[in-house]
Amino acid sequence: MVTATNAYNKRMDGRNFDELREIEAKVGVVKSADGSAMFKIGDTIAIAAVRGPRDLYPRFMQNPKGGILRCSYNMMSFSVDERIRPGPSRRSREITLVTENALMPAVDLSEFPNSVVDVFIEIVQADAGTRCAGICAASLALADAGIPMRDLVCAVSVGKVGGKILVDLNKYEEDYEDGSSDMPVAFLPRRNEISLLQLDGGMKKEEILNALELAKKSCVEILEVQRNALMGKYKNG
Amino acid sequence: MDNISREYLIKFLDKGKRINGRKFDELREIEVDYNVSKHAEGAARIKFGDTEVIVGVKLEVGEPFPDKPDEGTIIVGAEMLPLSSAEFEPGPPSVDSIELARVVDRAIRESKAIDFKKLCITKGEKVWMVLIDIYTINDDGNLQDASALATLAALKQVKIPRYDGKKVDYSEKTGKLPLLSMPVECSVVKIKDKLLSDPCFEEEKMMDARLTVGVTENNEICAMQKGGKKVLTIEDVNEMIEISLKNSEKLRKLLK
Amino acid sequence: MGLIIKEKEFVIPGDIVAEGIDYLPAGGVFREKDKIIAGQIGIVSVDNRLIKLIPLTGIYKPKAGDVVIGQVVNISFNGWSIDMGFSNLALLSVRDATSEFIERKSDLSRYFDFDDYIVAKISNVGKGNLIDLTMKGHGLMKLRDGMLIDVSPSKVPRIIGKQGSMINLLKDLSKCQVHVGQNGKVWINGDNCEKLIEAIRVIERESHISGLTEKIEKLLGGR
Repeated sequence: MVTATNAYNKRMDGRNFDELREIEAKVGVVKSADGSAMFKIGDTIAIAAVRGPRDLYPRFMQNPKGGILRCSYNMMSFSVDERIRPGPSRRSREITLVTENALMPAVDLSEFPNSVVDVFIEIVQADAGTRCAGICAASLALADAGIPMRDLVCAVSVGKVGGKILVDLNKYEEDYEDGSSDMPVAFLPRRNEISLLQLDGGMKKEEILNALELAKKSCVEILEVQRNALMGKYKNG
Repeated sequence: MDNISREYLIKFLDKGKRINGRKFDELREIEVDYNVSKHAEGAARIKFGDTEVIVGVKLEVGEPFPDKPDEGTIIVGAEMLPLSSAEFEPGPPSVDSIELARVVDRAIRESKAIDFKKLCITKGEKVWMVLIDIYTINDDGNLQDASALATLAALKQVKIPRYDGKKVDYSEKTGKLPLLSMPVECSVVKIKDKLLSDPCFEEEKMMDARLTVGVTENNEICAMQKGGKKVLTIEDVNEMIEISLKNSEKLRKLLK
Repeated sequence: MGLIIKEKEFVIPGDIVAEGIDYLPAGGVFREKDKIIAGQIGIVSVDNRLIKLIPLTGIYKPKAGDVVIGQVVNISFNGWSIDMGFSNLALLSVRDATSEFIERKSDLSRYFDFDDYIVAKISNVGKGNLIDLTMKGHGLMKLRDGMLIDVSPSKVPRIIGKQGSMINLLKDLSKCQVHVGQNGKVWINGDNCEKLIEAIRVIERESHISGLTEKIEKLLGGR
């Protein structure tokens, strides 16, 4: 058993500390949507669909200067061991908000005044890192829908587990008994800008900066997976 | 989404053709995938052509109803996700998703597919509750039959987790959930005077009436639901049941 | 400096296509300081100093002069609201609808009724994407029956073909009526439509392969 004095010298699943879990991405998984994608990292699976730009009601929410982006993040009831009651929760609403903020800087909706672009994210199977997987899927779905974008968005969680800075925590690491800090980060990879940053747990400033560098490096790897997924749908098209 | 006028659709039907190229009683290509969520006690993904649903089953320990102290229970819910159709809106379950869930529930319950007595842990105190959640991923018509088939497929996978009297240990499984029957549902829609199996999105939109028939492996009819705003004749019902009996067998064969 | 991603290469949003001031951004790319960056998925196309993307997906952007296909979704006292699959409804006003004189308070559904499809031209795109349509012009009309197929607006040029070669091929071989709107709506009507729908899907999916014309001919049973 893991005890409080255990340092985390070797990762439970055998990965290096800077190694991502296996990633699989596919674009165009929801036929009727304007854009869609599946993003799987380890045992976490997210699907995202984009609908719009379309008319926005009620009218008072419309913005004559440009379209608005509206997200929704949801976990399926059976995506975790303890069943989640369907419908929004405080957690899902907060993640919806930070997801929206993570994607917003990457899209340009100025050409679509008074309209809305909806992004729906569903987590089918969860093993930590669901908001990051959701953002990666959503960013692919937005590109697939042809929404004008300044950059793609790549997200991954970094953190400190048993004193070690590492990337892409799995559930075991997230729950590591003594000392697990989880820091989900989203990058606009070309611009090197951070659009999501949260932290659960304790880290020193230097550790945070080191972890951010690790996240940045990992996001470049994620970007390549995303690029291949988009190519997979469009290259021979 | 493609858009078709009713007149045009009927013109096709009058020539004995469907806009999707299928025969009147023909089903779409169906895919079954059991690799959905390892956290579900049982789960399945079903595709009828471009229609796709995911169903997952979770087991929880709860108290039995006072009038049935030695029986577990099932609860079926359906989420028609706005992800899956431009016509579904966020918010609490719509009346359509309530109907979808209830008609799935009816076939499972009335065919006595689940032996509720086997779900009893301690009489009068603790029983297993089987929580079935249906999620739509893409709507190209006939979510009903896809959901019913996915539910049966998921139930067939269910492994009961270990319960020590206090806590459920989901990482350990004790055994399968025995199923006593294999109910599937087949919907047939009526457009003008034509009857069509497994309607696609456009056909469903243009239908006058629908009949969903739940059928067990003994060809017993365990549930029905007439839908749509218009009427059916006795002859229609006769023929619709006949088509459903035939198609139900094909559906059941797809499940391992 | 110069071109970083070669012509005909596939790019995704955020890719730096060129650096320096030698090139100018046209469609699908934008300038940020000294860089020209892809704003969507596409294929790089360089024409002299102009860099643009051949879009592989995308949203229809209404322009005045575009011929579009839409459906009547509402009738008001002064005209019709038309759904053309864009985020905002377009307006066809009484005076742009016909050369006939329409008396005030007359029943407008006599001209265009709910659910009717029309081929119309965009006469003006105003602030906030207020779109005005007109029915005055060559080839603009009401369409009877038939069905509308959604295609990606980026594929419309392929479905029309060079000087209308592809659309004429489709019409000739399928013996169906076909109208294509710049907004990615294709209206078809006729007896042999299943094959035609299939052919349109093939064009949409395989618009970049060579020998597309032959493939379509074969599919529709010509030559």
